[in-house]
Amino acid sequence: MESLYREHILDHYRHPRNQGTLDDADISYQLDNEVCGDVVRLDVRLQDGRVSEAKFSGHGCVISTASASMLTEEILGKTVDELKALRDEDVFKMLGITLQPVRARCGLLPLRVLQGGLAHLEETS
Amino acid sequence: MTTLNPDVLRADFPILAREVNGKPLAYLDNAASTQHPRVVIEAVAEFYRAHYANVRRGLYTLSEEATATYEEARDKVAAFIHAPDRRGVIFTRNTTEGINLVAYAWGRANVERGDRIVVTEMEHHSNLVPWQLLAREVGAELAFVSVTGDGVLDLESLDRLLKGPVKLVAFTHLSNVLGTLNPAQEIVARAHAAGALALVDAAQSVPRLPVDVRALDCDFLAFSGHKMCGPTGASVLYGRPALLEEMPPFLTGGGMIRRVGRTEASWDDLPWKFEAGTPAIAEVVGLGAAVDYLSAVGMEAVWAHEQDLTAYALERLAEVPGVCVIGPPAQAGGRSSLPPPHAGGRGGVIAFIVESIHPHDLAQVLDGEGVAIRAGLHCAQPLHERLGLMATARASVYLYNTRQEIDRLVEGIRTAQRLFLGG
Repeated sequence: MESLYREHILDHYRHPRNQGTLDDADISYQLDNEVCGDVVRLDVRLQDGRVSEAKFSGHGCVISTASASMLTEEILGKTVDELKALRDEDVFKMLGITLQPVRARCGLLPLRVLQGGLAHLEETS
Repeated sequence: MTTLNPDVLRADFPILAREVNGKPLAYLDNAASTQHPRVVIEAVAEFYRAHYANVRRGLYTLSEEATATYEEARDKVAAFIHAPDRRGVIFTRNTTEGINLVAYAWGRANVERGDRIVVTEMEHHSNLVPWQLLAREVGAELAFVSVTGDGVLDLESLDRLLKGPVKLVAFTHLSNVLGTLNPAQEIVARAHAAGALALVDAAQSVPRLPVDVRALDCDFLAFSGHKMCGPTGASVLYGRPALLEEMPPFLTGGGMIRRVGRTEASWDDLPWKFEAGTPAIAEVVGLGAAVDYLSAVGMEAVWAHEQDLTAYALERLAEVPGVCVIGPPAQAGGRSSLPPPHAGGRGGVIAFIVESIHPHDLAQVLDGEGVAIRAGLHCAQPLHERLGLMATARASVYLYNTRQEIDRLVEGIRTAQRLFLGG
């Protein structure tokens, strides 16, 4: 069972990459997981149509934090269309584990934030 | 008073013999739902095997047997909570449905613009959201009795709120997060003195301690069968028959009518007026068996065991650095001259946080050790916000839990600390 907390996941939890916020980000979005009170915010800066910088903030469990940390690395250099193409399976692949439904909500929260931000970007542009 | 030996009682619960992740199951999520003794499982199975039919309409032997068994369960429940009249015992699906019944049937007929409904800051969403909707719909005010930093109700704030056009005080008897046992008798008395009715959310109290609706003098009291060894889908709303008589029905249609014309209908007598459609017959029969089981153990003994385990758990948890228990200390008194348990105190619902470990991660590691606890907001988001908490872990005990299981909880917390915090 503790295989869920594999070393690379714990590493991202203990030493989160790209933690923080960005001023004047092109995509800035936040969501709560109403079941557990987790909050994830993503700030993404685009340059020449590609992600040049991404930061996450908020508070959450090991799974949502590690997923957010990994996602900020994963999306670097991607185009908006590539971001839109990201699926739940990509997150599970990134985490390297399969999640049961309840924990999947934690693991997928950062992706939902990104998707919410992309939808908002589309509405406003 | 008889005492209870959990090591003996455990043998009555088949599921407690199973393993989870290669470890013996330590089930500590009893505030969410409890496990079932063999007598309950067998009562349901035997009912299906030998006596099942729909109730109250059939003119054949099976239906008569089913009806008799179903109604017998009502008498058992009435006796269990000392209801003076079986007509006041209504079977519902769950506590949530019972409270909604009152909010819709009584609330829409009696609460008007400008009236006040009083709840507390420690309510489960089921005793909050129905009142939010009612208040918004009729233009009433929803007011909150405050919770102190120790997790007990501030009765002075209740008194302040009662100086006004209050129609109802709806409050939890035993908090599903803090474990606080509220001085229900006193709250009801104060509500009545102010001309308001009182509804008690007894979802956590009826399973854990002797509850006497005559002594409480409450107008409504709702609780769930599945939190007291019974099946899901068979729960109870107790109401004063005189009030229930005056109320319009909640759900309408089959089973609850006397006569139906093309454009109008009249209602059946209590309690059936509030039991529309085919009820959860076998589950109610199972609830009757659960009541028999708990009565045989003795509710005083159940409460005494819970007090013992709670004190032990709080002591053990206090030994772990970084662990902070939410809610009152063991044996914390309410401010009342009444004898326990009516004076207030604390039940075995223990919410806590472990520094730097998210409750979800803690629950996951504990599950790996075979220890089942709950993590999250426990359907009490406003309370968590009031206490400044993101989420909590919650262990809740019942009659079959042992000190060894509390030890395993504590060990599991230490395992999680080693895993996530190193050292």
